[in-house]
Amino acid sequence: MDLVSAAGVHGRILLGGRARGPLLRLRRPISFWGGIDPIAGTVVDPRHPDVGVSIRGTVLAIPAAIGSSSSSAIMLELMREGTAPAAILIGRADAILALGAVVGRELGYAAPPFIEVPIEALSPFGDGEVVEVKEDGSIDRPGPGR
Amino acid sequence: MTLELTEPERDLLGGAGGEAAALAMRVVVSAAELLGARKLTEIRSAHIDGCLHHGDGGVEFAETLVRGGGRVVVPTTLNVGALDLLHPGVVRAAPERTRMARRQMDAYVRMGAEPTFTCAPYQIGHEPGLGEQVAWGESNAIAFVNSVLGARTERYGDFLDACCALTGRAPLHGLHLEANRRATVAIDASGVPESLASRDVFYPVLGTWLGWAVGDEIAAIVGLAAHPTRDQLKALGAAAASSGAVALFHVVGATPEAPTLEAVLGAGEPREIRLDADMLRAARAGLSTAEGVERIDAVAVGSPHFSIDEFERLAELVGTGAAPFAVPFYACTARDTLAELEARGRAVSIRAAGIAIVVDTCVVVTPILPASGGVLMTNSGKFAHYGPSNTGYDVAYGSLKECVASARTGRLVRDEGSWTW
Repeated sequence: MDLVSAAGVHGRILLGGRARGPLLRLRRPISFWGGIDPIAGTVVDPRHPDVGVSIRGTVLAIPAAIGSSSSSAIMLELMREGTAPAAILIGRADAILALGAVVGRELGYAAPPFIEVPIEALSPFGDGEVVEVKEDGSIDRPGPGR
Repeated sequence: MTLELTEPERDLLGGAGGEAAALAMRVVVSAAELLGARKLTEIRSAHIDGCLHHGDGGVEFAETLVRGGGRVVVPTTLNVGALDLLHPGVVRAAPERTRMARRQMDAYVRMGAEPTFTCAPYQIGHEPGLGEQVAWGESNAIAFVNSVLGARTERYGDFLDACCALTGRAPLHGLHLEANRRATVAIDASGVPESLASRDVFYPVLGTWLGWAVGDEIAAIVGLAAHPTRDQLKALGAAAASSGAVALFHVVGATPEAPTLEAVLGAGEPREIRLDADMLRAARAGLSTAEGVERIDAVAVGSPHFSIDEFERLAELVGTGAAPFAVPFYACTARDTLAELEARGRAVSIRAAGIAIVVDTCVVVTPILPASGGVLMTNSGKFAHYGPSNTGYDVAYGSLKECVASARTGRLVRDEGSWTW
């Protein structure tokens, strides 16, 4: 797989879609159940290095999802509350988180795209830089005039 | 790699089984694609862990399925909810939350699932056979059904377990496949003396250490000096599935896929670990957050839910005519087990001793313990793991006998002797 094209990065599409937002890299894997408050859309696990950070509207990059299988329920709550990330980039495919988004989409809520991509591949982008996730699974800086 | 569906599966997807079955099939197919499965497997039973209220999304999902004519197509049991439906008032919750929690439990019953409301359906007559394909949720039930019964399930989470129940299908991958059930880690437990290996208090500690040591790998424990009982294996799996992500373990000579070590090892060279006293002492210490305390404020047992054998042992320890307990004492169980206890005439004496029997739920998933907080003593590795974050209580881990002795006076009683050799 060609990971780095001219400026962008390609990943495997777990759940397709288009989204744009500031890149937020979490420094460690996280369990959404017990780790994310779906009402506020923030990291609340006191043992997580990114505790207090808001994931709402971000292109959220996480090395992996861990912990409780109830994380799918938290993903659904984030979509219902409007506090979900704009897109999720995940180092290792995980059925639990993405499944929460699949169920949310079935219930009529907007689902963030999920892309499996090694987190190191995102090194061309700065923290907080606005990036765009496209339907073909590419991640890039938004093009001019858009 | 593409997913191949059979004709009946395509029919369900196309709506031949109604709207809810089509929705459920779309979710099962999405999961199979995410996991890279090539086909689905038929399942013989399901255990749904979707009755517990985390937020109103769970209610919306379940009621959408009900409105779409959803019915389970395989025998399906239900995990705990957020309410004790037989003893209203036990759970302290606002009326609105109580109403939504009740709607969530009711929705699954309306789809034809049995109102078991227990995390241990395997001890009330739901025992899948060796090699049987099933779709079970709830971490301890997954570990038990895979390890102790030798049936085959992956770790199913909220929503997917229910969708499997409505379609009778699960993605064919992971632990559903024989080749993925072999041990990659061999644990030599021959150093543990029989005096410890035969005691109930050993198994949650062993499980806690196992979860830390192997994460989501499959271990084969060999050389145990005692033959563990079902309740001991239940406690081992529940603790390992709390401290780690253990979905399957083998105990050579005691679990069905491990008649010998060789029979259960995979092709590669296993990682080997020799279990020693320091490892167990560290795990035992990890089960208590209330170090150096002298008093306790409550006792809770029954995670996983207490079995009828465990109640018999509790009744024996409590005896008759003793002084009442100094602190509240909760025993959590299935409503079916309570019915059996009542049929045996045992419930009266247990309640008379001051023990509150909680059914359909438990003390770490919903507010039951006194709001005043303090130190909770338990013999359960799972309560010890989730107690601090879910209840705000500090926890002290001990045997059932030590829990009863401590409850009598409110002073923490523990025997340190057996943990050194």
